[in-house]
Amino acid sequence: MNTISTKIGRRSFIKNTSLAGGGLILGFSWLNSCKPKEAQNMAVREMPSEWFEMNGYLKIGENNLVTIMSPNPEGGQNVKTSMPMIVAEELDVDWGNVIVEQAPLNTELYSRQFIGGSQAIRRGWNGLRMAGAAARQMLMEAAAQSWEVPLAEITTAAGMLYHKEGKRSASYGEMAATAAENEVPEDIALKSLDEFKIIGTSRKNVDGRSIVTGKPMFGVDTYTKGMLTAMIVHPPAFGMQLKSFDGEAIKSMQGIKDVFAVKVLDDDFTRQHFDTCTFLEVVAIVGSSTWEVMQAQKAISVQWEPFETYGEERQPYRGPQQSLTIPAGLENTETHRQMMSRMGSKQSTVVRRDGNPEGAFKSASKVIKRTYTAPFLAHNCMEPMNFFADVRDNKAELSGPLQKAELTEHTLSARLGIPLENIDINLTRLGGGYGRRSYAHWAVEAALISQKMQAPVKLVYSREDDMTGGIYRPMYQVTYKAALDKNNKLTAIHINAGGIPESPLYANRFPAGAVENYLAESWTINTNITIGSFRAPRSNFMASAEQSFLDEVAEAVNKDPIEFRLELLDQAKNNPVGERNDYDAERYAGVLKLVKEKSNWNNNESSLNQGVSAYFCHNSYAAQVVDMRWEKNQPIIDKVTCAIDCGIVVNPDAAANLCEGGIVDGIGNALFGELTFKDGVPEKSNFDKYRMIRMSEAPKEIDVHFVKNDSDPTGLGEPTFPPVFAALANAIYKATGKRYSHQPFLDNPLNT
Amino acid sequence: MATFNLKINGEQQMVDVDPSTPMLWVLRDHLKLVGTKYGCGIAQCGSCTIHLGGVAVRACMLTVSSVGNQEIRTIEGLSENGDHPVQKAWLEIDVPQCGYCQAGQIMSAAALLENNPNPSDNEIEMAMNGNICRCGTYTRIKKAIKTAAGSAS
Repeated sequence: MNTISTKIGRRSFIKNTSLAGGGLILGFSWLNSCKPKEAQNMAVREMPSEWFEMNGYLKIGENNLVTIMSPNPEGGQNVKTSMPMIVAEELDVDWGNVIVEQAPLNTELYSRQFIGGSQAIRRGWNGLRMAGAAARQMLMEAAAQSWEVPLAEITTAAGMLYHKEGKRSASYGEMAATAAENEVPEDIALKSLDEFKIIGTSRKNVDGRSIVTGKPMFGVDTYTKGMLTAMIVHPPAFGMQLKSFDGEAIKSMQGIKDVFAVKVLDDDFTRQHFDTCTFLEVVAIVGSSTWEVMQAQKAISVQWEPFETYGEERQPYRGPQQSLTIPAGLENTETHRQMMSRMGSKQSTVVRRDGNPEGAFKSASKVIKRTYTAPFLAHNCMEPMNFFADVRDNKAELSGPLQKAELTEHTLSARLGIPLENIDINLTRLGGGYGRRSYAHWAVEAALISQKMQAPVKLVYSREDDMTGGIYRPMYQVTYKAALDKNNKLTAIHINAGGIPESPLYANRFPAGAVENYLAESWTINTNITIGSFRAPRSNFMASAEQSFLDEVAEAVNKDPIEFRLELLDQAKNNPVGERNDYDAERYAGVLKLVKEKSNWNNNESSLNQGVSAYFCHNSYAAQVVDMRWEKNQPIIDKVTCAIDCGIVVNPDAAANLCEGGIVDGIGNALFGELTFKDGVPEKSNFDKYRMIRMSEAPKEIDVHFVKNDSDPTGLGEPTFPPVFAALANAIYKATGKRYSHQPFLDNPLNT
Repeated sequence: MATFNLKINGEQQMVDVDPSTPMLWVLRDHLKLVGTKYGCGIAQCGSCTIHLGGVAVRACMLTVSSVGNQEIRTIEGLSENGDHPVQKAWLEIDVPQCGYCQAGQIMSAAALLENNPNPSDNEIEMAMNGNICRCGTYTRIKKAIKTAAGSAS
C-alpha cells in the first residue's frame, strides 16, 4: 500500500458540518425540478431514506447505496464514468451500488473542474483516490470503535466491513452515520495496483441509458418556468462592428419581447486567457420560443461598420499580462496564404539551435524540403453554443455546457457586478467541446440578457451563429528541411513554423534531441479572426507535418519508416542532443513497436498502402498505422491500428472508444476540414458547405492497443488526434505517389 | 397561429403555433420532448431525425402544417422501457461519446432496420450518411446496427 498525506487537496475534505442537510450540493435544487432523476443503473433500486456525506466526493445511504460526485464536466470523454470509478475503487464498493452525479461548480470542494488539456484523469488521479480511501478509512474506524477491536483487524470488500475473525460484519451503510462524524484521517492508505478491482475493468457509460432514451441532459434541454429564449445577431464579418439596428420593426413580430444591444465585455476589462471575444457588441433578440426568435433574427435590419484597430489587455493562462492589438481590416484567405509564404521564406526568431545546422546544410549532398499548411477550422460541436441564465436581484443562477466554469465565473462576476458567492453554476453535459466551450462569451451574453430582462433566459446560437462566430483553430504553415550527407545519412533538420495568429512550433519535441544539427524558427502574423484551443492545439498541425516529413526522409535514406524513427529514438535515448527534450524516447519507441506488431506492418496484402505516424502530446504517446485503398480520388480506409501509452487505463473499453473518436475526427479534419474568408466573411456557415466526415468515409475498422504499464494515467482525449493526419498522408503517398502536404487533403488545388 | 392535432408517440397532442413552425421546435419548445436535437436547421446533420409514418425524416425542415394525420415517433417513444433492439445494441456496444447526435442516429438506424432487417455494410453506410457525429462514433454505430439486426432476426 502507498500512504499519501491528506494535506494535498485538503480542502476537498472539508468536513460536512457546513454541508450536512443544506450544503451547496443539496441546496442546489433550483434546477432539479426541471431535471429528471439520474436514471442509469439505479432505476429500480429504492433510494435510501438518508444520505451520510463522507466528503465532497461521496455520500453513503443507510441501505448501502453510494453516490459519487463526478467533479469535471462530461463532454464525451467519459470522465463521468471513469472519475467516479477511481473513487469507488479506493472506497472498495460494488460498482453496481454506485450512483453517479454531476457536481456543480464548487471551488471550495473541488479543484480544476475543467475540460482541457486531456488532464482530468491525470490531475484528478490522486485526489479521487484519496477521497475514496479517506472515506473507507473513516468507515473502518467506525467499525473498530463500535466493535471495540483494533483498527488493524478490520478489512473491507465490496461495501462491507469485516472483523478478521469473521464473526462480525456490517455494511458501509450501517456504519456511515458513525463514520461521517469521525475526523478525516491524517494519512491515508491507498491500494496497491494489484488490489484494483474496478480500475482496469470496462464499465459502461453511466449516462448510456439516458442518452439512448433521449432524456434531457444537455444545456439546450434546459426549460424552466417563465423562461424566455434569446438569440444574438453578430457582425457578418471579422473586422466589423455594430453601427445601428432597427429593433422596433421586429418587436411587433409574434412572440418577440425585446430587442437590445449587449456590450459583452467592458473596454477596459483585463481578459483572462479564455475571455476571447470575437464581437464586443451584439444585438439580442428575446422572445417566447426558438422558432419565433429565429424568424425575428432573419427579419431584423442591422447596420455594421468596419472597426478601427484597438488594443486589449489579457492575462494569459501562464506568464505576464499582455497588451494585444486587434488590427482593423477585412481579411482574405488568399492574402493570408501569401503572407505566410513570405514570412516562411525569411529568417525568423530562433527558438532552438543545436550544433551547426547552417554548416550541415552547406555541406549536404542532398536537401529535402517541404512546406505544409493548414486552414482555420471551426469546432462544429454538434450542440451549438447555448447557456441558461437567471440573473435577478444581485444573484445569478446559471447552467450550461462549460469547459472552464471556474474561470468563466470570475468574468461573469466582474461583468454582472455580482459577487462570486452569489453566482451558482450548474454543469450540463456538453454536446461536444474540443476546446470551443472554454471560451464562454455566450455565457456572459446570456447572463447580461437575463439581467436586462430580469427573467430566466436561455440563449441559443443557430448553427450559422456558431460556425461564423470565431474562436477557430489557427491557420498554420511549416517548412521542414533535412540535410543528408554523402553517405545518405541525416545530418540536420531545419524547421520554420508560424501561423495566424500563433505559431504551432514545439521546438523541444522529437526529432529535436535525435539530430545533431537542428534549427527551429518561429513567426506569427496578427489577425482579427479569433482563435482558440482546438483538440490538441498546435500538436494537431505539427504532428501532421513532422510525421509526414520523416516519412519522406526515411524514403530518401532507403529505410523502413518505422525502423528509421526507431533509429532516431535510439539516438535520442542513448546519446541525446541538447538538454531540453520533451519526451521519453523509450516510451515513444514503445508505441511504434507495438503498432508495428499489431498492424501486421509490411506483412500483408494491404501493406502496399500502409502509412505510419507517432506523436507525443498531453503526456501520452500514440502511434498509428492506416491501411487504405485509393478509389475515385479519395481514400477508402480499411483499418486504423493504434497503439497508445497513457499509463494506467481506468476504463479500457471507454478509453478505446475515445481513441477511436480521435482517429475518426482526425481523418475527417485532415480530408475535409477548412474555413476560408473573403473580405472578413467566413465562406461556410453550415454543414451544407462545411464538410464533416460521415460514416461511409470513416475507417471500416479501428483496432486500439494500450501499452501495459504501472505509470499514473496521462492524457487520452487529445493524443490520438494529431498523429493520424500524417498516418493518412503517408498511406495516401503509398497509394498515389503524391505527398499531400496541404490540408484539407481532398479537393485542394494546393495538393496537385 | 393555428391549432394542430398531432399524434406523437401514440398520444394525441394539441399545439397552437405558427403553421410554418418546424416539428423540431414543436417537439422541443412546446411539448418538451427534447430528445430530438437541433444541429443545423437545414437537414444536413440528422440530429433531429424522427419517424413520420414510419419513415425517418428531419424534423428541422418538416413544418407542423405538413404533418396532417401521419403518426410521429420520437426517441422518447421508440420503446416503452428503452428496450428497442437498437437501443439495447447501443448500450451493449457503448456507442455514445458526447451523445448529442445519438437520438438522431438511433432513429435513423431503427427506420433502416424496419425496412431492411439485415442490411449490408454498404446499405448501413448509405442509410446513416445523413447523420453527422463529430465525436467519431461511426464504427461503433455500424457495429451496433449489426448487433441489433442479429438480435431481431
